Order: sequence, then C-alpha cells, then structure tokens
Amino acid sequence: MQPLTSITSRTVVLPTRDIDTDQIIPARFLTATSREGFGEHVFHDLRYLSDGTLDPEFPLNAGSVRDHRILVAGKNFGCGSSREHAPWALLDYGFQAVISTEIADIFRNNSLKSGFLPVVVDPSTHEWLLNNPGAEVRISVADACLELPDGRQVSFPIDAFARHCLVEGVDQLGFLLQQDEAIAAFEERRAWKP
Amino acid sequence: MPKTLFEKVWDEHIVATETRDTPAVLYIDLHLIHEVTTPQAFAILRDLDLPVRRPDLTLATMDHSTPTLPGASFKDTRIISASAAQQILQMQKNCAQFGIELLDHDSDDRGIVHIIGPELGITQPGKTIVCGDSHTSTHGAFGALAFGIGTTEVGYVLATQCLLQRKPKTLAINITGKLQPGVSAKDLVLKIINQIGVDGGTGHVIEYRGETVAALSMDARMTICNMSIEAGARAGMMAPDDTTIEYLHGRPRAPSGADWQQAVDRWRSLHSDDEAQFDQETSIDTSDLQPMVTFGTNPGMVIGIDEPVPADNGDASFRKALDYMQLMPGKPLNDTAVDVVFIGSCTNARLSDLQQAAAVLEGRKIADGVQMLVVPGSQSIKRQAEDLGLDRVFRQAGAEWRESGCSMCLGMNGDTVASGKLSISTSNRNFEGRQGIGARTILASPMTAAASAVRGKVSDPREFLQGA
Repeated sequence: MQPLTSITSRTVVLPTRDIDTDQIIPARFLTATSREGFGEHVFHDLRYLSDGTLDPEFPLNAGSVRDHRILVAGKNFGCGSSREHAPWALLDYGFQAVISTEIADIFRNNSLKSGFLPVVVDPSTHEWLLNNPGAEVRISVADACLELPDGRQVSFPIDAFARHCLVEGVDQLGFLLQQDEAIAAFEERRAWKP
Repeated sequence: MPKTLFEKVWDEHIVATETRDTPAVLYIDLHLIHEVTTPQAFAILRDLDLPVRRPDLTLATMDHSTPTLPGASFKDTRIISASAAQQILQMQKNCAQFGIELLDHDSDDRGIVHIIGPELGITQPGKTIVCGDSHTSTHGAFGALAFGIGTTEVGYVLATQCLLQRKPKTLAINITGKLQPGVSAKDLVLKIINQIGVDGGTGHVIEYRGETVAALSMDARMTICNMSIEAGARAGMMAPDDTTIEYLHGRPRAPSGADWQQAVDRWRSLHSDDEAQFDQETSIDTSDLQPMVTFGTNPGMVIGIDEPVPADNGDASFRKALDYMQLMPGKPLNDTAVDVVFIGSCTNARLSDLQQAAAVLEGRKIADGVQMLVVPGSQSIKRQAEDLGLDRVFRQAGAEWRESGCSMCLGMNGDTVASGKLSISTSNRNFEGRQGIGARTILASPMTAAASAVRGKVSDPREFLQGA
C-alpha cells in the first residue's frame, strides 16, 4: 500500500444521508474477482439515467469535478452491506476520502484497510462543507486534522494503529502475522476447542 | 466483576489485549465464506504465499450469485453472467487448493450461509463467528459473537484465524409483551430499527433481552439478530437458553456424547450477569405491535400496516425516498397494488417462515398479475418443506418454488424485480435498486407478504388468519 500522509483537494458534495453500499456499488457489479475496475460503476444507478446517459443533476457528473478527490456526504455514509467493493470503487474512481458526521462501522473498517480515509467531523463543520461544494480542503492523516480554506483546523478521530498503517503505507496483516506465537499459544491453552 | 454476555464471549477470545496504539487481537472460532466476497482475499494468500491457518474452522458455500431456477442438476442451470460463472469456478478452485470444505452446488447441505451454520449445528453459543457478509449478525441468536467483515479481513482470518478489533460498546434492548397472532419477529425487528434508527446501533453490540425473546423460537430469534446490522449495530446477541440447547441437540455438527454435556454446562453460563452494566439501554413493549411495513428506502422507514405514510417534514432525503417509492405522505400502504412477492433470504427463509406463509396461502390463489417467488433458505429446508407438502401449497396458489439461495434479496443471480415494479419482500433491505435497477421494495413478514400476494395489494395478514 502507498503511504497516505495528506490529501489536498476540492470536494464533491452528496448531501443525502444514509447512502448505503448498494448505492455506492450495486450488487450486480460484484462478480469480479480482482480489486480493480469498480470505479467505472461507482454510484452507477445514481450517475446514469434509465436510458444509459449521465444524469446531469448528479453532483459527480458536473464537468468540473472529475479531479476532486474528497467526497462530502450526508450522515451514516456507507451503511448496509459489508462489501469492501464500496471503498475499492470510490478509490478506483479517484476519491481518497469521505467526510461526514457519521460513517457506518463496517464501511469505515474496510476503508481504513484499503487506503481510503473516512473522516468524521462535527455537525457545524459538516454543514459548512455541505454548503460550500468545491471548497479546497487539506486533510493531514498524520495530524488527524482537516484544514478549511479559511485556515480553520478541525481534528477528527482515527484509530492510532490504522493511522500508523496509513501513514507508513504498511498493511495491517503484517502486525497480525507477527502474533503467530501468541496465536499458537492461545490455541494451545484454551479450555475448550471450537 | 459482573459481565455482559458480549463481554464474556469477547474476553474468552482475546489473544492480545488492546492498547492505545494497537487494537485487540481477537480469535475467530468459525469463518464462513461464500463466493462473492472471497476471491480477492485468497489473492492476498497467494501474493504472500501463505496457507489457510485453520481450514478446519472454515466452511464455504455458494449462495449469492447462485441461480435458484430448478434444474436436473446445478450443472445445467444458467449462471447469470460469465463473470458470475468465473467467480463460482474460482471459489471451487480456492477451496480445493487451500483445503477448505465447500458445500457446493451439488451438496445436500448447501444453502444461504447464515441458514446452514445454525442448521448444521456448527453455529454454537460462545463462539466468535465471522463472514464477509453483514448479515452474519444472524448467528448471534445463539449467544455467539458474530459479525460481518470486509474482504481484506476475510484474508486476515484465512491467514491468521484472528482479527484486529477495538472493543465495541454494548446496547441492551429489553423487550416485553406477547406478540399477537399475525404479528411476528420480523414486525418486531422492523419496529426496533424504526425506534432506534438505522444508525442507532453504530459502534455497539446489541443484546436483545426479556420475556418476549425468551418465548421466541430459534427461527424467530435469528430473524431479529439478522437485522441488527440494519440498525447499524456491529452484532446482535441473545443469551442461550433451553430453546437454544434443544435446537442444537442432535444436529450433525453440534457436540455429541460426553462433549455435549460439557458444552451445555459451558453454554449455561453465557448470559449477562444481574449487575452487568451496558453502555446504553432501551426498551420496547410488543403487546400492541401490529404487522409492520417499510415505506421508504431504508429499513428504519417503517409504519404499522394501518398507519399513514408520515407527512413530508421538508427533509430532502425523506422526499427523495418517497419519490423513489412513488408513495404519498398521509396515506396508508394498505391497498397499494403489488407486482412481486418474495419469500426468502437469510432473514425469513427458514421452515417456520415458509409454514407461516403457507398457512395464509392454503386453499387460496395469488392475485392475477402478481409474480411470487418462494425460495427456501437451504436445500435441507427445501426437503423438509416438501415433506410437509408446503411446495404444493405454494405451487397451487400460483407461486414459484425454487432451489435455495439469496435470490431476489440482492438481484445478482438472475432473480430481480423489474424497474418501477413494487415488491413486497421478506428480505432485509429496501435500498434503492437492491432488488433490481429501479425496483421498489416494501419489507414485511412472511404472513404479510403472503396475504398481499392473495389480494394483489399490501394487506394485513390478520384478516386471513381470523377466517382460518
């Protein structure tokens, strides 16, 4: 994994709350056996009209936002299915982070393991971001801090271990594999065996 | 120190304790896998040249992209796409290469992953159980700590049998009152999600407690735990009791002989201590609960069958949901015409669910123009239902009787609802497009779905039961 220390980009705003992972990547696109290529289908049924053309009203389809790397979404983003294809699709499309007041547990977990940054902020910061689509934001992963265009700094919670892995670009599996002896000892000592 | 049920199971599985800098290392007793969320996990093993640490604690089946149309054998059924076929082949190859038991298309034990674990008796109290599927919470009905994980974590568990976890918080939901005839566990869990919200359980493990839970069958308990994730919860749990133990006794993969009594003694200690503290508690009384239906595009947008769709409060997400559903505020759903009825999924495809639906359909026909699919949760349930003649009841009513699988719950196996059509479904998610592009979904119990099939419109099942 590439180290992820900071992200500086303009935002795209999807104000709807409870955007579920079926909307991020519909189930019919989950039959692939690699991690690549899901970006083509991200938000598919929201991006496209029934005749197959792009919906001009959908925020991702505005011509000027294609290189915006930060998504600002309504609360409870990523709820529903555990499909990791959701952060894979967002990453593959070009997004690097999502900012909301609340991000669903499994999606947040999956994102941190895939190198996609979930950022939870307070309601007033969120409100400002929702009202200022396209704002240029700087996110420091190392400092767990978001900087708004007026220089205001907003810190956000991130698990210390996940942050370490993102900043160093190391996979969490390495840490688990180092636990091999402890795992073997646990298997040995437990009173009942599954 | 008094402990909750969750804490007892959690503490027993800690390989390395959580610190400020590192999460806990949690041991996993049972890893269930299916074809859709595993190919990229096996790729991690291949990249690093790692074996599966405990193939004996790993069990695989096929359910998500698996077709349900009956065929002479699965060899001649049509898989929906070349990529789905490729994924299924990859699963067979992965299981063979890494020595994992696969309940494949030709297995008598195949079925939806969350249905076969319990019915084989491999889902047991006190186990930690994970699967690359959010409805893994189902297994919590046995007093297991069971939750969904992503594909990268599937790879971690394959490689190490462990996960890195921060300890979640606990939420007790105390449930009192007796469910009335025509009202089921599905109605109860929809009410709970409505009450606490689709994010009400975020960061928490729910324990469902109280006299109502104690009176429920295992099938009903699984329906409730299954939908814990729809309230955002990490997992849902229920303390094992006589009902749990009786359910497991004699199952093929449950402990037997001298091991059985030892296991039962251990399971009896798995309940929250009287003085145990939960991070949050809430309660719900079910005495007046009526059949519940969803009206929007998430499982928290729920009303009683006689209640009107809530008024537009000006919220854009609410309006978007109602626009998608083509429903009007202020009107009950009762009498809204339905096009498709689906009885199935890991929420409601167990034998008692099929029996409840069949009781409504017995001697009746589904309305003209309605398509109805009944999809048993496993091949075993299919055989049991056929032994009881339920398949005849469904067929004579005009419904299709299928092979087991996830089917119309998520529209990736050939079973879909057409754009704009209204489906009343016993599954767990009414998300936009979940059952097919543009499909509109109302979640309901098997009895409500069956009653709606007969009338051709959303209907209260209690009217059918009174005449029975």
